Amino acid sequence: MKFLCIDCDVQLQFEDRQVPGDGTFAAAYACPQCGHRVAMLANPMETQMVEALGVEIGGRTLAERPMELVRLNMLGREDAFDDRPPAHAKGPSARWSVAAEARLTRVPSFVRGMVKRIYAEYASERGIEEITPAVMDKARSDLGLEGM
Amino acid sequence: MKYRTYHQVTDPDHSGLGEQVARQRRRVRTRLDRINHVVAVVSGKGGVGKSYVTAGLALALAEHHTKDVGVLDADFGGPTTARMLDAAGPLVVDGDAVAPAIGRQGVRVMSTDLLLAEGSPVRWSGQGPDRFAWRGTLEAGTLREFLADVAWGALDVLMVDLPPGAVRLEDLAEFVPTLSGAVVVTIPSDESRRAVARAMRSAAEASVPLLGVIENMCGIACDTCRARIPLFSGEAGQRLATEFGVPLLGSIPFLSGGPSAAVGPEIAKAFLEVLP
Repeated sequence: MKFLCIDCDVQLQFEDRQVPGDGTFAAAYACPQCGHRVAMLANPMETQMVEALGVEIGGRTLAERPMELVRLNMLGREDAFDDRPPAHAKGPSARWSVAAEARLTRVPSFVRGMVKRIYAEYASERGIEEITPAVMDKARSDLGLEGM
Repeated sequence: MKYRTYHQVTDPDHSGLGEQVARQRRRVRTRLDRINHVVAVVSGKGGVGKSYVTAGLALALAEHHTKDVGVLDADFGGPTTARMLDAAGPLVVDGDAVAPAIGRQGVRVMSTDLLLAEGSPVRWSGQGPDRFAWRGTLEAGTLREFLADVAWGALDVLMVDLPPGAVRLEDLAEFVPTLSGAVVVTIPSDESRRAVARAMRSAAEASVPLLGVIENMCGIACDTCRARIPLFSGEAGQRLATEFGVPLLGSIPFLSGGPSAAVGPEIAKAFLEVLP
């Protein structure tokens, strides 16, 4: 999928993506020449179709996680998975603030372990000592973790 | 103004959706590198005991022929093989894979039965009237992840227990171009023969080699003298084998003792002999 700036006849560059609500998926693109910006809005069915393929518009920001399609989409049992901490973390593991832990409980338990590990790796790689809701927001933005 | 084509716009496609899909396929191939044979267990008809035969065959291969065996239960809506093999979770996620559950005789198992709450049907988080549009894609993706994201390790045989019909077999054949073939399960009745024949033609059209037929429920066997009392009229197993030019690998009567008693070493041996 490519978007073209008609006036400049150059390809728009991907900027960011969001899930603003009601199942809509938004991806923003800008013309590198004239700066014209557009947002592509996918309706819930189109969004779900893309998710079902296990691909990400704008490109992947994270390596594939085992069973990520199943865990993000199936309504499974709470104790189905036992997520082990990564064996080769790049730094010391960050502690979780009470508020961050509380926010994490809003994530369905079937996928919670996977999401927690993503945030932990993000913090570890950046030398962040404490994971707070602000760190989670930054990680979501940096990594494009829509829906997590 | 006449627009340029996709390929005439030569800047890189930032999303790279095609490459993302290609990478998914490579993950499957890499994971299956250490598996000698991937075999589908199929039937055109529900209720013929396909999962029962799969479990029995897996146990017989492991017990009598010391084979390393895995069972992938691809009947996502009606999973039964995990329970038949006494395999239970939780599933350990470590590194880039999920460890399979270990059942009797060390058979490695992956099934939605290990993921779903007791008695819960398969449900997906996206709701709405358009579910039909993406449900099949999600199910194909689930099959892909069961192949690619489970730490199957080195196996002699990975058996894929498919739901009735041919659609999931076609998905499997796409993900696993090196599929060794399909074993077909029927019951003796003529109704079963007709339904299973359709599935066998579909398999042939998908270029999936047919390895053989197993006839299940070919009678009730006396626990004491093993004499068989017919249960269904018909001889679907032999007729299908003849029609499609494949061997009848065995006939299985009702027996007490579960799948391990039903599939003996002879059927397992016949199965091993037809593997390419």
